[in-house]
Amino acid sequence: MNAAAAFFYLFSTCMIASAFMVIAARNPVHSVLFLILAFVNASGLFLLLGAEFLAMILVVVYVGAVAVLFLFVVMMLDVDFAELKQGFLQYLPIGALIGTVVAIELVMVTTGWVSSDASIASAGTPAPDDLSNTAALGRVLYTKHLYFFQAAGLVLLTAMIGAIVLTLSHKPDVKRQVISEQNERDRKTAVELKKVPSRAGV
Amino acid sequence: MIDWLIPLLIIVGKSLLLLVALLIFVAYILYADRKIWAAVQMRRGPNVVGPWGLLQSFADMLKFVLKEPVLPAGANKGVFILAPFVSGMLALAAWAVIPVTDGWAVADLNVGILYIFAISSLGVYGVIMGGWASNSKYPFLAALRSAAQMVSYEVSIGFVIITVLLCAGSLNLTEIVRAQDTSLGVLGWYWLPLFPMFVIFFISALAETNRPPFDLVEAESELVAGFMVEYSSTPYMLFMLGEYVAIMTMCALTTILFLGGWLSPIPFAPFTWVPGVIWFVLKVCLVFFMFAMVKAFVPRYRYDQLMRLGWKVFLPISLFMVVLVAGVLQVTGWGGAH
Repeated sequence: MNAAAAFFYLFSTCMIASAFMVIAARNPVHSVLFLILAFVNASGLFLLLGAEFLAMILVVVYVGAVAVLFLFVVMMLDVDFAELKQGFLQYLPIGALIGTVVAIELVMVTTGWVSSDASIASAGTPAPDDLSNTAALGRVLYTKHLYFFQAAGLVLLTAMIGAIVLTLSHKPDVKRQVISEQNERDRKTAVELKKVPSRAGV
Repeated sequence: MIDWLIPLLIIVGKSLLLLVALLIFVAYILYADRKIWAAVQMRRGPNVVGPWGLLQSFADMLKFVLKEPVLPAGANKGVFILAPFVSGMLALAAWAVIPVTDGWAVADLNVGILYIFAISSLGVYGVIMGGWASNSKYPFLAALRSAAQMVSYEVSIGFVIITVLLCAGSLNLTEIVRAQDTSLGVLGWYWLPLFPMFVIFFISALAETNRPPFDLVEAESELVAGFMVEYSSTPYMLFMLGEYVAIMTMCALTTILFLGGWLSPIPFAPFTWVPGVIWFVLKVCLVFFMFAMVKAFVPRYRYDQLMRLGWKVFLPISLFMVVLVAGVLQVTGWGGAH
């Protein structure tokens, strides 16, 4: 057994075990931490496949940003699993039914799917030998699939604008710091001299 | 079996050598930090242990190790103990790809800069896990602040890195330094043509490593000691170690991206004979000196000011600079891109 195979089994075992623990852990924060472990192991598997760019981007995007938000939300929500599990048996039959239907559909899709030889030939773009992984990926994304790439970016932009519009609220009586106004103040506008009459106050 | 065992042993040996050098360097960086801070405030700083206090960091380490680690009763034990290890391990792991001189990197990755970016974006987990597992109010508040702060400043750091990558035409750290090797010497390094990005990177690096003036995570006047309140002894030391190694990583990254890595500032004879690693260490020390001076004379930012600076000032400027640099490179044909 060579080193690559040893690492493959290490990463796969850790990934499957932590993926199982995501649903088995009692504490939701532990679940998220196991999810992060699964992501990191997936990135290790990408590395073994020679997809170094994907491996790093997986860590940067999913572990570094998305999972932080997960962890944030789960910590703040304070989910009570004992309460959630109360009606478990009551919903079990219908849940099992839906699960079976989805499983059958998955099997039907994966076994019944036939792709034409032409599409297989055109889908794979082997990386040129003289280019690094990242450069090859960039070349494919920005030339061959430019419009899809841009469209995906636009979809994300729409989602972002939507989130901002939903949460934006203008409260008229909230005091905000305007730094340019503060910097513009000088002695004339900031200090006012008043003659205060004795025993009368301002 | 022997054909992969020997390279493995060589890698382990290299890593150990780098770790020992790094840890000793961190001990003196800590000492330098306290000395510089003291000098600015006209104090003496640590001066008792060893000549001029030179052994202070080692005495501190011994003290931390020998004290009793306290596990709070309400803490989530496993995560509580894991957090400082995550913090320390990740900080040290980033050094695997840093080339201290030409060819002297434990792993010369093609995506070296992305690796460092990925590892430093994981650094936030040590803080969040520690803050949450302590099961106490101040650490939790600090952890939330830290997560928001680190995620915000990573965005502008990412854009700054992109401008450097556009100029160098590679994600490999060694190639980025080689791209700065011109006959101009110090004037050919990227700090001059990309000066605004150099400033943004420096300030974002301060925020990313929770250095003052952005140390809201451990703002002692508001949060006692932030996410580390419940930690003592060796786990506390690991957090401190992780923090200072992360600072060193940022100094090294600034050196590689903007200050020409191991290159000599004056590109002719007597200066080019000096080994690259000496130039590298000198430059890292210079950047750290700036870090320490900022700590000494800039007051702490308020939380909303920190967020404003990250999202409303740095993000638009760096986004604009990415477009500008890409445009200039495309029109003039400069840079190492194909």
